[in-house]
Amino acid sequence: MAGSAVSMPLGEGAGILPPRANLLVAAVAAATCGALSVALGLSPFVWVLITGVVSLAAVATWSLVVEGRRRALDRAMTVLVVEVFVLAMVPLASLVYTVVAEGLARFDAEFLTGSMRGVLADGGGAFHAAMGTFIITGVATVGAVPVGVLAAIYLTEYGKGRLKRAITFFVDVMTGIPSIVAGLFAFALFAIFFGPGIRLGVMGSVALMVLMVPIVIRATEEMLRVVPDSLREASYALGVPKWLTIVRVVLPTALAGIVTGVMLAIARVIGETAPLLITTGSIDSTNLNPFDGRMANLPVFVYQEYKFPGVPPEAYIERAWAGALLLILTVLTLFLAARLIAKRYGVEIRR
Amino acid sequence: MSGSEARRRPGDRAFHGLATGAGVLILVVLAGVAGFLVSEALPAITAPVADLPDGESLTRYVWPLVFGTVLSSAIAIILAVPMAIAVALFTSHLAPRPISMSVSYVTDLLAAIPSIIYGIWGIAVLGPASVPVTQWLADHFGFIPLFEGPASTTGRTMLVAGMVLALMILPIISAVAREVFNQTPKGLQESALALGATRWEMIRMVVLPFGRSAVVAGSMLGLGRALGETMAVTIILSVSGVVTFDLISSENPSTIAANIALQFPESSGLDVNVLIATGLVLFAITLAVNMAARTIIGRREVARGR
Repeated sequence: MAGSAVSMPLGEGAGILPPRANLLVAAVAAATCGALSVALGLSPFVWVLITGVVSLAAVATWSLVVEGRRRALDRAMTVLVVEVFVLAMVPLASLVYTVVAEGLARFDAEFLTGSMRGVLADGGGAFHAAMGTFIITGVATVGAVPVGVLAAIYLTEYGKGRLKRAITFFVDVMTGIPSIVAGLFAFALFAIFFGPGIRLGVMGSVALMVLMVPIVIRATEEMLRVVPDSLREASYALGVPKWLTIVRVVLPTALAGIVTGVMLAIARVIGETAPLLITTGSIDSTNLNPFDGRMANLPVFVYQEYKFPGVPPEAYIERAWAGALLLILTVLTLFLAARLIAKRYGVEIRR
Repeated sequence: MSGSEARRRPGDRAFHGLATGAGVLILVVLAGVAGFLVSEALPAITAPVADLPDGESLTRYVWPLVFGTVLSSAIAIILAVPMAIAVALFTSHLAPRPISMSVSYVTDLLAAIPSIIYGIWGIAVLGPASVPVTQWLADHFGFIPLFEGPASTTGRTMLVAGMVLALMILPIISAVAREVFNQTPKGLQESALALGATRWEMIRMVVLPFGRSAVVAGSMLGLGRALGETMAVTIILSVSGVVTFDLISSENPSTIAANIALQFPESSGLDVNVLIATGLVLFAITLAVNMAARTIIGRREVARGR
C-alpha cells in the first residue's frame, strides 16, 4: 500500500500553487469571515473557528483543482496540523493572560510582606505562604538531591544486573506516583508515630521528596551519561581511585546539567497542592519552623482563598490570583535560571 | 572498567556502598509507600460495614469515585492525544527551526505550571465560556446520553474538568511524541521524499509508524497523570456522588483524588482510613497504567515527562 501511493506520479493536475498559498488563503479567509461575523454580530470565538474551517476547505479545494489529490491532501494536513496547534495554544495563552491580568490587582507590597493573621476581608498577604513554600521545598530539595544524585551515580557508574534493572524500572514507576498518594504516604508515615491529627511542614517536604527524587535521578543519570569515557579513563590511568574519579572528575563535568535538572525538579514540585493540603494544613500566621505545627504555603493558600472565600468574596479571589501569579513567576524564574545555567556552563559536555 | 584492584580501596568501598544504598533506598521508599498505605487502609478494609461512612461497604463507596476518575481521564486522553500529536508534528516537522525551538520550550514550561492554577483558570474562564456550548449541545444533541443535560449554568461540569485535564497532560504527551518524531532516521525520511512522497505521505508512512509505540506509551504516562490529578478536578467539579455519563449537567461523580483532597482536611477517625484505602486503589490503578507504559517504552530515553 505504501509503494502504490509513492509510485503514483504527482502531476495529475499540471499546475502548482503560488508560494505561501496556505498563508494567503488563511488571510483571505480571516478577512472575509471577519467581515461576515461583524455583519452578523458573531463573537470573535466563532470568527476564529469558521476562519479555520473555511481556510482548510479552501486550501484543499484550490490545491485539488490545480495540483491534484495527493498534493491537496498534503496541504490539507499541513493546514490542519497548524490549526490544531493554534487551537492547543489558545487556552494556554488565555491561562497565562488571565493569571497576569487578574493577579496584578493585588500584587502589591502588602501582599508580598503581610500575612493573613487577623485579616478579615480586604488586605492581607501571602508572605507566610511564600515563606512556607520556600522552607518546605527547600527541605525537600536538601533531602532529595543527595539521594537522587547518589542513586544516579549507582545506576550509571556501578550498577549492573538485576538490581540495576529493578531500580531503573521502579524509578520510572515512581515518576508516575500521583502527588496525592505521595501526600497520603507522608501522612501515614507520620500518623503511625505521632497520631492522626499531626500536621507539620516537614511532612509536606517528605511528600515532595517522594515526587522529586525520581526527577533528580533521571536528570542526573542523563548528564552523567554524556560525560565522555575518555575523561574517566584518563583519570584511572593517573592512578586515581574510582570514587575520587567520580567525585573530582565526573560530577564537576556534569555539574551544570545536574543543577539545571534539580532546578527543573524544584519547579515541578513547588506548585504541588494536593500533598501539602493533607500534610501541612493551612494557617493564617507565619510559621518558619517545619517541625512545629501547621505551615502555610502558596499552592494551598491559592486553593483555600479561591475555594472557600469569605465575605466579600472579591478580596479572597483577588488574593488567590495574586498568589497564582507569584507561583507562576517563581516557576518561570526557576526555568529561566536553569536555562541560563545550562547555556553558560553546560557547553563542554553538550558538544 | 576499574577492576577489582580499585574496588578494594576503603574509599571506593564506602562510596560504592553509599551509591548502592541510595539506589536501594528508592526500592525501600516505594515499598514503604505501598506498605504504609496498606497499614493505614487496613482498619477501613476490616471494619464492619455499619461503621463506614453512610453505612455503605467500601466497594460501594469507592465505585462512583473510580467511575469518575476513569471518566474524566478518558475525556482528557481522547482530547489530548490527537492535539499532542499535532503539536509534536508541528514542532518536529512543520515549523521553521527557531519557532519550533521556542514552542518546545514553552510547552516544557507549561508542563510545570501548577495544577491549582489550571484549576482556577478552568473555573474562572473555561467554565463560563463552555456554558453556551453545552446549552446548545443539550438542546440539539440531548438524545445522546453524554449530552443529556440539563446543562449546568456555571460550567462546573465533567466536560470542563476533562478539558482542563487534557490541557494539563498535553505538554507531557507532546514532549514524548516530539522526541521520538525527531529521532526518526533521516535516511528513511529522505528516501520517502526521494521516491516522490509528499511531506504528509512521508509523515504517515515513516514518522508515525516509527513513533507509534512511544506515542502510545506517552499517552499512557499522560493517562497516569490524569488519573492522579487532584486539584484541577477538586476545584472545578461540583460533586454529588452520582454515577452518570452525562458530561454537561451540574450533577457529577467525583474522582478518587479530588474526594481525598475535599474530605481529608475535615476527616477524623475511621474516615481517614477509608480515604487512605481509596488512595490505595488510586495508587494501584496508576501503578498498573505506568508499569504498562514503561514496559511499552522499554528503556528508551524518550519519556522525560513525569
